[in-house]
Amino acid sequence: MTDHSTIAAREVLTEAGPMIAGRSLWQDAWRRLRKNKAAVASAIVLLLLALAGIFGPLVAPHPYDRIYPQYVRTPASLEAYPKAERIIPAFESVVSRARVETGSAEVEGSTVRMPISSSEALDPRIVRYVDRSDLFENARIEELSADGRSGVMVADVHRLRFLFGTDSNGRDLLARILIGIRVSLAIGVLASAMALLFGVSYGAIAGYLGGRVDGVMMRIVDILYSLPFIFFVILLVVFFGRNFILIFIAIGATEWLDMARIVRGQALMLKRQEFVQAAEALGVDNSGILRRHIIPNTLGPVVVFVTLLVPKAILLESLLSFLGLGVQEPLTSLGLLISDGAANIQGATWLLIYPAIALTVILFALNFLGDGLRDALDPKDR
Amino acid sequence: MFAYVLRRFAGAVPTLFIIVTIAFFMIRLAPGGPFDLERPLDPLIMENLNRAYNLDKPLLYQYGHYLWNLAQGDLGPSFTRRDFSVVDLFRTGLPVSVLLGGMAISLALIVGTFLGALAALKQNTAVDYAVVGTATFGITIPPFVIAPILSLLFGVWLGWLPAGGWSSGSLRHMILPVATLALPQIAIVARLTRGATIEALRSDHVRTARAYGLPTRIVVGVHALRAAILPVVSYLGPTAAALLTGSVVVETIFGIPGIGRYFVQGALGRDYTLVMGTVVVIAVFVVVFNLIVDILYALLDPRVRYD
Repeated sequence: MTDHSTIAAREVLTEAGPMIAGRSLWQDAWRRLRKNKAAVASAIVLLLLALAGIFGPLVAPHPYDRIYPQYVRTPASLEAYPKAERIIPAFESVVSRARVETGSAEVEGSTVRMPISSSEALDPRIVRYVDRSDLFENARIEELSADGRSGVMVADVHRLRFLFGTDSNGRDLLARILIGIRVSLAIGVLASAMALLFGVSYGAIAGYLGGRVDGVMMRIVDILYSLPFIFFVILLVVFFGRNFILIFIAIGATEWLDMARIVRGQALMLKRQEFVQAAEALGVDNSGILRRHIIPNTLGPVVVFVTLLVPKAILLESLLSFLGLGVQEPLTSLGLLISDGAANIQGATWLLIYPAIALTVILFALNFLGDGLRDALDPKDR
Repeated sequence: MFAYVLRRFAGAVPTLFIIVTIAFFMIRLAPGGPFDLERPLDPLIMENLNRAYNLDKPLLYQYGHYLWNLAQGDLGPSFTRRDFSVVDLFRTGLPVSVLLGGMAISLALIVGTFLGALAALKQNTAVDYAVVGTATFGITIPPFVIAPILSLLFGVWLGWLPAGGWSSGSLRHMILPVATLALPQIAIVARLTRGATIEALRSDHVRTARAYGLPTRIVVGVHALRAAILPVVSYLGPTAAALLTGSVVVETIFGIPGIGRYFVQGALGRDYTLVMGTVVVIAVFVVVFNLIVDILYALLDPRVRYD
């Protein structure tokens, strides 16, 4: 009887064994995250935007810093420029610079022709006047008469597309938004990574060592906290100059404070747990305990906080750029583009609208993803 | 209570002292000076300027001098705006910033708590989702996007309101800046109120009030909202301090003569006294509003006592 029940129990165990394979916290969180449609959609949008930021500038039809003097503040349009009615006047105006007698110009498909004549032989170099314009390319003189005094100036119309229009310097806004997305996302990620690295190690050390060390370390954080944080960032930028690397260091340097507090709280709680005491009893040294036991166990709240930190860092960078303290021209960021747009709203609304949409989409996606991660990693908070 | 307030003010002095000290030495550490121009000034003029503003004295002397003047309420002369003392600049700019910030805070408090309480009472209905959705929108979009877009929409396209300017504080000029300042705060206050009200409605003292047979409006208005407003109060304390001391973004975009711009302009132009003055004003506001929050807590929550 006893034997029988043990065998039965063993059978139950072996049968149930594979069925209730344990799920780790992370697997569990991943399942919950996948069910959250807003978070998944946000993750996809972010991925696409990141790809656009990384590869977009490489495939964009215009380099982000190429200036087209003839296309200053061109409105956004799906059609190619130059517009049909603009070709002939523009051609007349560039040919007239060559100081030759001109006839009437006509457009055939993508070429434009105009008879020209002069009292002396035509200098073949005058085609440069036409080539120099952004509107025409491949200019040549055809049907040159025997004495070389008359001919037909022929040029191909250089068709350009500015899907998002151009800015007040004549640069393609689409290319600039793509580079802006790249800069903003890069700064967001790098600044958060810096805050993560510094905040986690600082907080973990303060919390684990405790006592007087903790007191001093956290007082320093409190004092830095009470300084207006814009003040801090501005001073750092003023100190280090306005280069890309130092901007994200400056932002990271102001954003690690919250991280340090969160991790310290976790570390204070963790160090009283049995597994840490066991590690101490086994003679593991402080740095080993921190690396192996304390820091990995703080990662849940830290991951959630980082996803909310990235939009914060992007915002801060945008704010700095908006104030003229961020990245420098011709490089740009979404904040700089928006500030440019805000200065031009009277005449060129597209300069504000497209960068604003790009920034808003990024911020929304990051926020939804962060909320989704928080729900996934911390179900009791829902 | 009175003794408590006095004690808190006494406690604020060392805090202010530390902040002033750090700010003073940090801004001095920054390279460059207030009189560095693209084309360097004549050395003799530079020397005279430095002497006039005490910049030739040792840093510690200048620090002591600044503290001494500060104790007498003198924030010194502005370095970049000649003929103006920092106190003069604040005397004209601070009322503007306080007016705008005060209106934004009041608006945020009234509209935000109303929407939040409404969403909580109608939890999981269309009203609730609308409020939460709008709040997410308001929190996510930064003021430097909202401000130019409002200006574009109402100032340029519709032409209903001036796109910028102040014109000595006419109401029409105040609408857009106040809206920009208030929108994110409304969103945050609504979210806080909603969360706290939902919790308060389930709490024991509200259930007891219901068991006594009190009408719903008394239960909600007096018992639930009183508890629900606490997180809002502690949030609004530091926020009020920040809003009343002006917003760089809003003041820059709408061209408003408040004090929000002074900080950035001062830091960029190395206008030491202007930067220090801004830091002092902000710090004083933060201290005062933290105190107000604590007093309000005692008034709202019968469990909190300061003796």
